[in-house]
Amino acid sequence: MAQFEKANSLHEWLDQRLAIDTLERVLAKEYWIPKNINFLWAMGMVLAFTFGILLVSGIFLLMYYQPNVNLAFDSVNYTIMREVEFGWLWRHVHAVAASVVFLIIYIHMFTGIYYGSYKKGREMIWISGMLLFVTFSAEAFSGYMLPWGQMSYWAGMVITNLFSIGSLELNGLVEWIRGDYVPGQAFLDRFFMLHVLLLPLAILGLIGLHFGALRIPHVNNQDGEEIDFEAEAAKYKAGNKKEAKVIAFKPDFLSKDMFVLSVFLIFFFYLVFWHYSFAMDPINFDPADPMKTPPHIYPEWYFLWSYEILRPFPKDPGLVAFGIAQVIFFLIPFLDRSPNVAPASRRGKFNIWFWVMLVDVIVLTVMGKLPPEGIFSTIGLVATVVFFALWISLPFITKNEKAV
Amino acid sequence: MAENSRRDFMGKVFGGWAALGGLGVLYAAKKTWDPLPSVKAAGFTTVDLSAAEPNVLNVEKWRGKPIFILKKTPDMEKSDRDVVVGKDRFLVAIGLCTHLGCIPAYRPDKKDFLCACHGGMFDTSGDNIKPPPPSPLVIPPFKVEGTKLVLGEEGPEYKKMKEAGLIA
Amino acid sequence: MKELKILAVVVFFTLLTYWGVEPYAHSVMHKHVESKDFKYEDLKPLKKRGDAKRGAETFVNAGCTGCHGVQAANMPAPMDPISAAASFGVNPPDLSNAGALYDEKFLAALIKNPAHALKVEHKFTEGKQHPMPGFYGVGGDIEQEVADIVAYLKSISKNIEEITPKMAFEDACGRCHAVHYEKWTQIGEKPKFKHKKDELLFDAKVLDYQDYLTKYMGKLPPDLSMYIRSRGEHYISTFMEDPQALLPGTSMPRVGVNEEAAEKVIEYLQDSGDLKRDERDSVGVIVMFYLFVFAFLAYLWKQSIWKELH
Repeated sequence: MAQFEKANSLHEWLDQRLAIDTLERVLAKEYWIPKNINFLWAMGMVLAFTFGILLVSGIFLLMYYQPNVNLAFDSVNYTIMREVEFGWLWRHVHAVAASVVFLIIYIHMFTGIYYGSYKKGREMIWISGMLLFVTFSAEAFSGYMLPWGQMSYWAGMVITNLFSIGSLELNGLVEWIRGDYVPGQAFLDRFFMLHVLLLPLAILGLIGLHFGALRIPHVNNQDGEEIDFEAEAAKYKAGNKKEAKVIAFKPDFLSKDMFVLSVFLIFFFYLVFWHYSFAMDPINFDPADPMKTPPHIYPEWYFLWSYEILRPFPKDPGLVAFGIAQVIFFLIPFLDRSPNVAPASRRGKFNIWFWVMLVDVIVLTVMGKLPPEGIFSTIGLVATVVFFALWISLPFITKNEKAV
Repeated sequence: MAENSRRDFMGKVFGGWAALGGLGVLYAAKKTWDPLPSVKAAGFTTVDLSAAEPNVLNVEKWRGKPIFILKKTPDMEKSDRDVVVGKDRFLVAIGLCTHLGCIPAYRPDKKDFLCACHGGMFDTSGDNIKPPPPSPLVIPPFKVEGTKLVLGEEGPEYKKMKEAGLIA
Repeated sequence: MKELKILAVVVFFTLLTYWGVEPYAHSVMHKHVESKDFKYEDLKPLKKRGDAKRGAETFVNAGCTGCHGVQAANMPAPMDPISAAASFGVNPPDLSNAGALYDEKFLAALIKNPAHALKVEHKFTEGKQHPMPGFYGVGGDIEQEVADIVAYLKSISKNIEEITPKMAFEDACGRCHAVHYEKWTQIGEKPKFKHKKDELLFDAKVLDYQDYLTKYMGKLPPDLSMYIRSRGEHYISTFMEDPQALLPGTSMPRVGVNEEAAEKVIEYLQDSGDLKRDERDSVGVIVMFYLFVFAFLAYLWKQSIWKELH
């Protein structure tokens, strides 16, 4: 057993037992971040904070929500929205955060693609991030079921039907997922479980993995420069902060994060109080009716681009395209054959690839919401073809890229 | 050094303001945890005493708890804890043993209450006559309105008992 | 400066996406109908000045009280709601406050030709008759007689200021639409019952009424508890003004309310489906104030630290 001296303060007492000073040093005070970064590097902190907001607001919703097909709608819209003090606030915060978190995820992803932050040892950061994206998607979908409104019910119907996998007609699988012939009590209960327990646990684990994956390759910087972290950290510690190319996580990086976070929170709470309809679809304020499909159904905005990829094709090819679209972003570290870690603006053809991809995904998103008819169908089809053409061309245009 | 102190000062001001926000969240959380308005509104129960028969125990439900209402016969001992409605005297008490919260059973032949859990006994005035219960049965807030009794509201009779320290 | 440029790019693409999936997509998906300020310009203005005293007589002579109660004039409804719905499909309204709630042109047109004023003529073709018979006069100048009845209805009615949102809703919408968040059923407010049996009897009455109503309307008119969130104020308001403009062929009649009454109905629905709207605004202002100070302090903190780094 280790020797314990009498502690002179609570701090010392804790330090003897938990090594809190060492922890703080390793995790914060001497966790080195490149100095050459911009506000996009704070998106990780913004995401972590938004996840915290979702967790806290979710806890209070969970205290009053009733996962029962006869009670769910009223427990949300009557009990939580009218009876519970600040229940409306938790619900608005939860719904808006669930939508905005995807905006930040997409910004975070495209930042990574733009600066090439998935290469040369950073592959696991990218892959764990993509796993988080997929888990967040499942979390968002399962949460969307819970108010048991018209959109909940019909999204549940349509999305679970995808698992019949076209002509394979795996109806047994669909019924197994639902626990019923249609989305019903069993379906609501199991998606409730997924939403409040299994998926949040998976997310917490994946966040750990994502952070862990950063430790060895370190955070990328605006120029993709390879930094000798030990040498630069030594400069910093010697008091030569101006010349060092690194900064400490605490307080340097944290102070910048907090400022970016504060701007984000102003935007976020403006949406919560005065501009929430985009995240709380009006149609979902009609209670679920298995006998009537709403005239327009569409997923939440963050699923629209992949939903649009499903739509222009006949059933089977549509599903194949949809399936590929779901996983293709995982493969970018391997499809990008260039050794350059640099912003896209310095990478010639890849720069074009990046901006076309961004615009194409936005076009797909907008077309995914519009009714699939006339010119919208055509634009959607073209955007889908462009999407796949871009992915096919990626290895070729990056293979012969000049070193920068 | 001056730089450092300004840095630390700003960090503390910012930290303090952030902590204030945390307190705001805690306030909202506390309010969220409060009983709902519908629960509070259900905290009042009106009981009509006009049809009560002497020596027959009525049990009403108020705020989820059993309420004993017993119309006394003339031979039962009078008590300051009795609720007087017209010419009749009533025992009105929360029907939970003051020992550990079991419901004592009324024995009309012996005119007493016996708690099955640990053998405690109460008389028809709700006074504890055999341990372990340390105190008499508790009188709930009540208000007499004609021949009706409103449980949950503090009427003048209840306030008087409360001042005299009789409600247990 | 460079950071601001990057921010501008991020904001631009965010707003572009938002514009595409929200305002633009919704403008394509949903027909937009402008409010006509409850002017009812398709209906002719009253040509004569009505006399309330004469109107009271004409009102009785025309047989209005055969179906309608007028509590304000001590005339109870001739039938209970369920028997009335059995006969007419829907319970005819008590007319105590009709003069304050409904547009006078609409009332006049309704008295003469209900199906036309209500814009439900498509439901009453091939010999089917609207349950309320049109008024063909009691011998004198029909325009004068109608104006008199309207004047009478206005004379007995409360002022619009005295009418609560609840009263406006119950009169204009409540005989077809339930609002269970406000405990409202088509036959009145559901009381608290001590005995389960009494509650079931009441529920059975509501179901009976709803059966007659469903037969009359083709389907049961929806519960409006959450309509302020599912449809929004603009939709509800323009829908009341002219249901056919938004939902051609619907069996919902034009309601004929005036602008003030429409606002009261909206307020009632807001209380049902968006009760905490004022609290949302006031808490919102406090939170925004907090966050602006938060951002300001965060900026100062960041500056104080980064001064040493650059």
